[in-house]
Amino acid sequence: MSFDTRENTPGTVPANGHSASKPGARPLLIAIAGNPNAGKTTLFNALTGLRQKVANYPGVTVERKEGNWKFDPERPAARLIDLPGLYSLDATSLDERLAREVLTGRLPGLPKPDLIIAVVDATNLERNLYLVTQLIEYNIPVVIALTMVDLAEKRDLKIDVEKLSSMLRIPVVRVKTRERTGLNEITEAVRDVILGEKEADPFWIGDAGNGAGAHSDEIHLSLSDDEAANRQIFARYKFISDVYQASVGTFDTERANFSEKIDKILTHRFFGLLILIAILLLVFQTIFTWAALPMDLLDQGFGALGESVRGSMPEGILTDLVVDGIIAGVGGVLVFLPQILLLFLFISILEDTGYMARAAFLLDKLMSRVGLHGKAFLPLMSSFACAIPGIMATRTIENKRDRLATILIAPFMSCSARLPVYALMIAAFFAGQTVFGFISVGAVLMLAMYSLGIAVAIAVAFVLKKTILKSPPPPFVMELPPYRIPNLRTVIQNMLTRAWLFLKRAGTVILAISIILWALMYFPRSEVPAGDEGGAARIQLENSYAGRLGQAIEPAISPLGYDWKIGVAIIASFAAREVLVSTLSIIYNVGEEENEESPTLIGAIRGAHYADGSKVWTPLTALSLMVFFVLAMQCMSTLAVVRRETNSWGWPVFMFVYMTVIAYVAALATYQGGKLLGFS
Amino acid sequence: MEKIKVLTLADVAAGTKAQVLRVSGSGPVPKRLMEMGIVPGVWIRVVKSAPFGDPIEVRLRGYSLAMRRNEAESIEVTE
Repeated sequence: MSFDTRENTPGTVPANGHSASKPGARPLLIAIAGNPNAGKTTLFNALTGLRQKVANYPGVTVERKEGNWKFDPERPAARLIDLPGLYSLDATSLDERLAREVLTGRLPGLPKPDLIIAVVDATNLERNLYLVTQLIEYNIPVVIALTMVDLAEKRDLKIDVEKLSSMLRIPVVRVKTRERTGLNEITEAVRDVILGEKEADPFWIGDAGNGAGAHSDEIHLSLSDDEAANRQIFARYKFISDVYQASVGTFDTERANFSEKIDKILTHRFFGLLILIAILLLVFQTIFTWAALPMDLLDQGFGALGESVRGSMPEGILTDLVVDGIIAGVGGVLVFLPQILLLFLFISILEDTGYMARAAFLLDKLMSRVGLHGKAFLPLMSSFACAIPGIMATRTIENKRDRLATILIAPFMSCSARLPVYALMIAAFFAGQTVFGFISVGAVLMLAMYSLGIAVAIAVAFVLKKTILKSPPPPFVMELPPYRIPNLRTVIQNMLTRAWLFLKRAGTVILAISIILWALMYFPRSEVPAGDEGGAARIQLENSYAGRLGQAIEPAISPLGYDWKIGVAIIASFAAREVLVSTLSIIYNVGEEENEESPTLIGAIRGAHYADGSKVWTPLTALSLMVFFVLAMQCMSTLAVVRRETNSWGWPVFMFVYMTVIAYVAALATYQGGKLLGFS
Repeated sequence: MEKIKVLTLADVAAGTKAQVLRVSGSGPVPKRLMEMGIVPGVWIRVVKSAPFGDPIEVRLRGYSLAMRRNEAESIEVTE
């Protein structure tokens, strides 16, 4: 099927597009377009139900939501695509460029849409109509879904729908998605256009028509100088004012501004910040406490699954691969699912109520000092729990460079997986010590490690924004949407979609890396000397590729104060940081079920000696290792997620290299500096 | 003819209304401001500034918009 993707001036060619698709030729393609916060997603969910899938547009990380909509019982379901939230189609942002490509049929695998449903927020008519004045130029039939009518009526804002429809020359349907009314009417309006084979009735406002379709071609921007483009915008708003005058009349938009009253407190100079801190604390506290039980259950579940698989399969490589490689590796990552679900539940609620924009408003000044966007705050806070949901949460940052900078520094926030490492080191070497007689050294060190991560993150963000991610201070022109009660359906659907993405995306790469790490520790197989069955695991690990690798890197890590055994543990903990503890247990031959407070592991570490009799572990070694763990990129799952979110291997590789270099240098400075100062 | 006093939106006190004369400069940011409805003739009310003095919240055409002072300085208005 061929479509003429070039635009035609009206009248030169009979309307193409939808009339070319005979019933049964292919499913109809209907695009939903609208401003952010106009109720697009709610309408999309209401029309498609659960028959939807989320993918990325090819080559970029803008989400593409698609679903099937049975708009007519006699016809095959239409493909409904939810375009990203747009203020304009002038292709200055990535979202806008993609939307244009969809509407002109240039995107591979996606024909030109047969119809556009333009979602227009009745309470914010003028600005919402701006996009509509652009949509009607694409030579595709447009149907307007007028949302939030109930809210508008509450404010005594009455819209003459017939007038609006006749002036825009397109059908306008009132929709109340919350009460699910107007859905039949929108279906009918769409059916009318499709079955009646109604042609698009494009018209141009201002100068756009003169340029022979200049408006829908990418050369538009280069063709017109700034002045012409500005005049175009003015002409559109002039037209909108006329439409508004005719269909609404004079209306005092300042009336009954409920959101502004709420904001008197929520974005108050002083109380606003206090409330923000309280909300964030509540969110993270809830994530930690609510997620603890399901995480333990998942952990035990995977343990039990591994045991039962081991019991039911013959002993051998295959069983070991499945149990120790796949189930343990992938299971170790899946236990984070409850945290991710909860975090996204809260993000979804904060976004849908309109509070997220206020948080960005409150914190933008602080964040902009290091060149970040106000919206970077939440992803960074989330990363204290786990960098994976944090990095996934950067999706709310529109600017690509700002988003990348946030992704690249997120893993410096000390996540929960580092806690066991800190706890082991403190318990082994700093337990019971105090400064000034009453503050425990452990607490001071813990605070120091968290602060170190934050300080380095700030420094790195600053450097990145001055160098490879150099861009002018991110423009901060952001709508503060009216406060609304979130739609439960939308919130839950959002949360489930994210969870599924995490499972699907991280799952594949993490599976592969788990298998590789397992193989490095499993091969080559060692003979266990008779009478030393207890040491089998240790001997195996010592002689494995991972063990040899540890011995090979010993010269490189000995300046940091580490021997090869610590080297093996560092390599193994690439699977997940807390694996350091279990690997040290294996390598010091104290059994696998040790934890960070285990006296035998602590004893073994304290007692380890080099060949010359000197101690392997000193408090300085422990400190150096803690510093290394604060800063090093020791987490394959994070790298897998960064790979997915940036759509390239380049960024995760860059992240791994620069973080490891910083960690190495910092640990080296800690150890050697400490020795110079006379510590041991 | 009385000469009108030109100032930028960044100079307008919180709670005060001003009428837009033009958005100066070129590039994506002024364009975005205009696309958001900040075109000559429209009235804007400055609502407040954020805790650290920046960004500011303004209200126009029945909705609220936040922008940095930097951006507000490119909007020429008269009270």
